[in-house]
Amino acid sequence: MENSEEHKIVSFKTYLIILVSLICFTLLSVFVTKIDLGNISIIVALSIAAIKSLLVFSVFMHLYYDKKMYSIMVAGVILLMTLVLIITFLDYGF
Amino acid sequence: MEQDTHDHYDHEGSKLGMWLFIFTELLFFGGLFIVYGVSRYKNGIAFSMSAEELDVTIGTVNTIILLISSATIAMSISSIQMKKAKLTIALLSVTLILGIIFLINKYFEWGAKIDHGLYPGSDVLQQFGNGETLFFGLYYFMTGLHALHIIIGMIFIAVMIVKVRNGKIHADRFVQLENAGLYWHLVDIIWIFLFPLFYLIA
Repeated sequence: MENSEEHKIVSFKTYLIILVSLICFTLLSVFVTKIDLGNISIIVALSIAAIKSLLVFSVFMHLYYDKKMYSIMVAGVILLMTLVLIITFLDYGF
Repeated sequence: MEQDTHDHYDHEGSKLGMWLFIFTELLFFGGLFIVYGVSRYKNGIAFSMSAEELDVTIGTVNTIILLISSATIAMSISSIQMKKAKLTIALLSVTLILGIIFLINKYFEWGAKIDHGLYPGSDVLQQFGNGETLFFGLYYFMTGLHALHIIIGMIFIAVMIVKVRNGKIHADRFVQLENAGLYWHLVDIIWIFLFPLFYLIA
């Protein structure tokens, strides 16, 4: 961690495990929305999408291995987007 | 000294710059997702009915294609760090080919919709209400903008292949490749959200 020139080499195995779980989550979201659960299925599909993006952010985009600074900034941007979304919906009688 | 300034290399700074650019992209698409959210909230039934027109199978296949391509570009960064230039080029080429397959699928998907008269300003859509028009307007705009990002990403990757081959990118100097990867993953993340919102809400 001391030496910033050293970059962690993530193993192919890690990437393949993440890839398989991403594909499983995709198929799961297709399967869940096939069963008619009304509004719940949308929430489930979006939650699965959130988990998938978390996996891509942390492993594929190396946030898990990089300096904390990057994760904090990404979290800040997501928080900003969520706030704008909530504030927008306040205008539509939510 | 002159040599030094000419050959200035700042891994951390380059990556930070790429992340800042990615944030602007996230906010850009975030705005569109808010437009989608409000439109859907106001036209729930029309959105569900319109989404049934979309082909879930082709959407799922394209999702898996993009996920695999994300994994291959991530693996290419590991392989350049392991000083395996040939493997890096092979993995990047696979990523590029998967991007092309994604776009070919998109071409057939859009083509089928247009054949059915479902495109912005078409006679068929005008017979439907505002909700359907909004859905297909957003569908073409958001997936089209995403496809544009795929094309830009592919150009980025093609340049990386040439640079790895020329030895400009190697185990001690690979931040450009890392940034190309970050861009490609961003495109993947946007698709991860476009897929359920357009294909799975029927």
